[in-house]
Amino acid sequence: MGYFALIIAVAISAKIPIKTLFTRALIEVPFVFFAFLMPFFGKGEVVSVGPFDLYQEGLIAAAGILIKGTLGVLTAITLSTSTTAREMLRGLEKLNLPTLMVQIASFMLRYVNVVNDEMERMKVARESRGFSATGIKHWKVLATAAGALFIRSYERGERVHLAMLSRGYTGVLPHEEPPKLSKSIWFTALTLPISALTILAISLGLNI
Amino acid sequence: MSSTPSLLIENLAFAYPDGNQALYGVNLRIEKGERVALLGPNGAGKTTLVMHMNGIHPTSHGSVHVAGQLVDAKDKASLKVIRSKVGIVFQDPDDQLFMPTVGEDIAFGPYNMGKRGAELDAIVDEALQLVGMSEYKDRPPHHLSFGQRRRVAVATVLAMKPEILVLDEPSSNLDPASRRELADILRSLDITMVMVTHDLPYAFELCERSVILSGGIIVADSSTHEILTDSALLAANRLELPVGFSIQ
Repeated sequence: MGYFALIIAVAISAKIPIKTLFTRALIEVPFVFFAFLMPFFGKGEVVSVGPFDLYQEGLIAAAGILIKGTLGVLTAITLSTSTTAREMLRGLEKLNLPTLMVQIASFMLRYVNVVNDEMERMKVARESRGFSATGIKHWKVLATAAGALFIRSYERGERVHLAMLSRGYTGVLPHEEPPKLSKSIWFTALTLPISALTILAISLGLNI
Repeated sequence: MSSTPSLLIENLAFAYPDGNQALYGVNLRIEKGERVALLGPNGAGKTTLVMHMNGIHPTSHGSVHVAGQLVDAKDKASLKVIRSKVGIVFQDPDDQLFMPTVGEDIAFGPYNMGKRGAELDAIVDEALQLVGMSEYKDRPPHHLSFGQRRRVAVATVLAMKPEILVLDEPSSNLDPASRRELADILRSLDITMVMVTHDLPYAFELCERSVILSGGIIVADSSTHEILTDSALLAANRLELPVGFSIQ
């Protein structure tokens, strides 16, 4: 509960509308569906809830998945809504993630749309000639298309590399010097992990 | 003929590793400040020739000089200088714009040349201004129209302050207004320019001189007016003026 309040507080201070937060969190539903089934299967102590006989172990496991899942999804949504992908990459760079991985991630960010458009165009071209994927016998066509997309993307990668070499690429991408952060920003940023630790400490204290 | 030409190609021949010969001894001299159209049918070796201009393809036979300096693919240090002097604008702007934002993409080249800080910012702003895209600095390239992306691609190369600007099919896939806007921008630049194209009216509009590359050799080198009015020459090289287009 404490973590939940914390995430909501962060989301509010980041000026994310609560409604947006929860609509986006709906993505979680198919994943937690199985958590609801868990209490019905298992062994051990049985608890009666209304008309159902539920297994206690399953119930606890399901609650654990549900809570962890929801907290995880809400955190991810808060991060992705308040921070642009660009800033996240810069953050990763600052956290000393190997530059190669940061570069790969930033190229993926740039080209995911281009490749997606290409895929769409191939789909339209297929369908314009009367193809619709209905069953397993069409997988061969789809597999060929996926292969063609891979080759095209690979060749694009080569052309991009050529363009990079033409402009003097030597293995490092330019990065801006990060602005010096003031003490108050550090302080604000640290409140989050500190409050999370406090909640952890309290809950551990309660258990003992 | 006393000044150093921007581009000097002598007896350049090239065969691909699979044995397919693309160039059979090309000679071309382009003076500083000239705008030259490189015309030719598909498969004439135009792109291969362009790839020699900044050492992407190593010269196996003959030589290429850029502003008096030999292009030598084995000499990595000189290659870096050459690549800053020859700015190639590729056909597909998506191949050329690979950074997350327009501004960062333009900064890519100058950064590799060792520019930093306020100097780098000034170069980026200047290049954006030259192509009239200043207000798009922080936008990601995939949010721009095709014509805008082509203009930004030109800016990324201009930011390198090249001696010679090489454009591969600059007018392809552009709508008429974008095509004219790009022509205005190109005309306003005070720079040596090589324009690879099939768009003959575009060549006529922008370049005073044209060369035709066909079958791996230069078959014609003259004023654009003279070449485009020689219908027999054009027909022999699979080049055609659009229907209804005539040159007095």
